[in-house]
Amino acid sequence: MYQTNQYEGMIAETITMQGHKGETINAYIARPLGSGPFPAMVTIHHAPGWDEWYRECTRKFAHHGYVTISPNLYFRDGHGTPEDVGAKVRAGGGIPDEQVLGDLDGANKLLRSLPYVSGKVGVFGTCSGGRHGFLAACRLKNFDALVECWGGRVVMPKEDLTPKQPVAPIDYTKDLSCPMIGIFGNDDKSPSPEQVNLHEAELKKHGKNYEFHRYDGAGHGFFYYDRPAYRQEQAVDGWKKVLAFCEKNLKKA
Amino acid sequence: MCTMIAHQAKIEGRGKSGQDWFEVREANVSYDHPYDLPLEHALNIDFVNEAAGPGARVAVELSVEAARKLVQTIEAVLAQAEQRGVLEDLPQAVSR
Repeated sequence: MYQTNQYEGMIAETITMQGHKGETINAYIARPLGSGPFPAMVTIHHAPGWDEWYRECTRKFAHHGYVTISPNLYFRDGHGTPEDVGAKVRAGGGIPDEQVLGDLDGANKLLRSLPYVSGKVGVFGTCSGGRHGFLAACRLKNFDALVECWGGRVVMPKEDLTPKQPVAPIDYTKDLSCPMIGIFGNDDKSPSPEQVNLHEAELKKHGKNYEFHRYDGAGHGFFYYDRPAYRQEQAVDGWKKVLAFCEKNLKKA
Repeated sequence: MCTMIAHQAKIEGRGKSGQDWFEVREANVSYDHPYDLPLEHALNIDFVNEAAGPGARVAVELSVEAARKLVQTIEAVLAQAEQRGVLEDLPQAVSR
């Protein structure tokens, strides 16, 4: 907890990094000033794009003591406003899961190479980013904690599978390699409460270390203060739970 | 959450973005998160020119009711024009 006589400083900037297949993409990185060692976090932007909320979210984790990187998963789709690029990706049915995993692996490796990173690296995502986070924590073996916020399409019927998203993330549950926290709104349509039940049942079945927090009076994206979906009370409580989980698994572990 | 329900129609037309008109080559129609309309999901239409980059875009976000009304209205206008014999076929459209 921050004390008013404490020094605080942060640096945040856009950098380039090596993503999937060694390709160069850009990323936003924020870190507390000092020699560390600091735990680290990868923030995975949501389907609407690599937007201002995600820059703020990246700085929020840095404010709480994490070296945090947010890779631009839409880098290959051209440049413009986050909204225009996001709309282009939306029209194309999203981005390939394999490409996302390659970019997240690159972000993880970059963090681990930094001299002020402790060696603990978490992953955080909302919406499609929550889904990607779950995939990463199952498929890549180098994350130490997962924060999945309302990851939709973790549960996918067969008819929704595409060449870009060929496997439902829930099918990888047995491979989940780190503790996870899940944050969900009970009024959400995707993931619906029934889908969250299935997600939880699979985690239970495989004896995974997880905690789910499911909020009444909240739907999809209730952390987004710039959207009507924002729910102040639930969002404040959700962030407390997320930060406590990260402290336990990334700072104290 | 993103539904990934999106279709693309190759079309021919013009769109105005800011002060400038541009050649529209695709209409991307999705039922997914809107950017501005205060709904979780909406019927989104992006009139774009992919070859000109992501900024060549005229966006509309509609409620389901509004989208259905729009479809009906377009059909009605086209039917009326056809009835009057003033419909122009695609080959007559002039490309800039």
